[in-house]
Amino acid sequence: MGPARAEPAGLTPLIEFDHVAFAYARAADPRTRAFAFPGLSFAIERGEIFGVIGPNSAGKTSLLRLLTRVLSPQRGEIRLDGRPIGALRSWELAREVAVVPQEAPRPFPFTVEQLVLMGRYPHGPRRFFEDAGDAAAARDAMLATATLSLAAMPLERLSGGERQRALLARALAQEPRLLVLDEPTAHLDLRYQAETAALLRRLNRERGMTVLLVSHDLNLAAELADRLLLLRAGEVARVGAPGDVLEQGVLEDVFGCRVTVDKSASGRPVVQLAYERG
Amino acid sequence: MTDARRLATALSALGVVLLAIGLTALFVGSAGLSPGAVARALTGRAETSSVEAIVTLSLRLPRVAVAALAGAALAVAGVGFQALTRNPLAEPSVLGVSSGAAFGVVLAQILGFETGLVAALGVAVFAFAGALLSAAIVYLVATAPGGLAIQTLLLAGVIVGIFFSAAITVIISLVDFNRLSGVIHWLLGNLAPIPPSSLALFAALTGAGVWLILRHARELNLLALGEEAASQLGIDAERLKRRVFVAAALLTGTVVAFTGPIGFVGLIVPHVLRGLVGQDNRFLVPTCAVAGATFLLAADTLARNVVAPAELSVGVITAFCGAPFFVWVLRARSRPV
Repeated sequence: MGPARAEPAGLTPLIEFDHVAFAYARAADPRTRAFAFPGLSFAIERGEIFGVIGPNSAGKTSLLRLLTRVLSPQRGEIRLDGRPIGALRSWELAREVAVVPQEAPRPFPFTVEQLVLMGRYPHGPRRFFEDAGDAAAARDAMLATATLSLAAMPLERLSGGERQRALLARALAQEPRLLVLDEPTAHLDLRYQAETAALLRRLNRERGMTVLLVSHDLNLAAELADRLLLLRAGEVARVGAPGDVLEQGVLEDVFGCRVTVDKSASGRPVVQLAYERG
Repeated sequence: MTDARRLATALSALGVVLLAIGLTALFVGSAGLSPGAVARALTGRAETSSVEAIVTLSLRLPRVAVAALAGAALAVAGVGFQALTRNPLAEPSVLGVSSGAAFGVVLAQILGFETGLVAALGVAVFAFAGALLSAAIVYLVATAPGGLAIQTLLLAGVIVGIFFSAAITVIISLVDFNRLSGVIHWLLGNLAPIPPSSLALFAALTGAGVWLILRHARELNLLALGEEAASQLGIDAERLKRRVFVAAALLTGTVVAFTGPIGFVGLIVPHVLRGLVGQDNRFLVPTCAVAGATFLLAADTLARNVVAPAELSVGVITAFCGAPFFVWVLRARSRPV
């Protein structure tokens, strides 16, 4: 991992979506509903924790896929550090942007250490075996996520929380500038949710790592993120500080249900569903 | 110990076993030569026209080479297909790829490719085309939205295998009924000695296929993360899959062209090696090449000697080992690739 890399503030944003338009080809996959970004623009600043929230099929996952070039925009441009990501080699992009997936792959026959070392691929795609530097980075990543003691364990034998930390360690081994998390706490119980949140905050503070958090969990996003992007049907419904985005009227409009918004002990908004009794 | 050292150690240990079995194969056989006579022939001290020289150098030695090449190719093809499909049961014969290649060979034979290097190359090209075709069909049949389901893949392989076997039978019945028995012997896998020029071609094609898979071994590991995650790590998943797919089909087609479809080597050898060296394809590919050579050489030596002076097809031995093995692996499938 090396020393913390403080990001110089005030220059170009780390990530820019500039009028990004994208639509799935019709019937390419019958499970995906017709969905499109008509022209999405937003920016992620260096060193911030940026949360993306929104209803199902608002485009959260597609946004993430566009950012990692699994999908390509039909119009517009996505820039990393001012450079279009389309101009980067795929492993160059992987050195800058690491993704922690929602779920561990199955079947997956490898150990935690082998998994974490896979994160080193973009740093030496021509190497047959990882070198000492790779091993050190992997070790560092496992230390940071408290998975070093699990190094020799097959991933499939771990608990849900341990697996999540191992996947996070793999992403950290990439030594990225932007860490992307897709529903990081979806499969975790309360304690692991708290641990994951604390770990993300620490990585952000101590290593200056920019974090993009894509989540259903409005309260996790509100608690962690410096800024939130609320998506509705592929468009920005609102972007800004959690207190400005998570307003009752806005949320009720976007999600189509009644909610109440309180303040947590830390002063962040807390959203609750107002159940209708019938 | 570094990874490279560990791999070198494993390869030398397996190499010693291969050497021992290879020597054994040279010394035993239905000709009943004494060890001294074989040794004389091997060291060049026998007359070139003597029985021991002809049997040892023109029959047994090329046969040992053919067995070793075929075993190495089949085992590595198995590793390749297993990594591509993320399925420990995927293998050239199980996937029906061998049958497709055999169809290509039969087609080439009725088109008149008989002997000689050009003919051997022609047969190999037809076998490769047949292997590619059948593998592509299996892949297309088994790919549903949401990925490859293991059961679907195996069933697709069985169906494609049956189809091409039937197609072979049709062709043979139409063309020449008398050649049927010879073809059946070949269809079970027959490690007959082949001329040096063909042997060189066999070695070159096998080497190319193994090399292609070996140089992508690290990327094949990452494919276990899923294609999207692999591509997010900087891998061109489509290109990787295409290359390994072609290499595995090339290996299968080559073996079928020169020896006939020998089953289950690509299942048994990688499975045993996973237990010994682990799941890392960087270890599996090279060690399976050596261990596959050893396994098929041992099976062939057995096939030549258990019912001497007659001989079994080596495919019979591998099928007798492989079928129960397949069932065993299928039942223990909770342990994935």
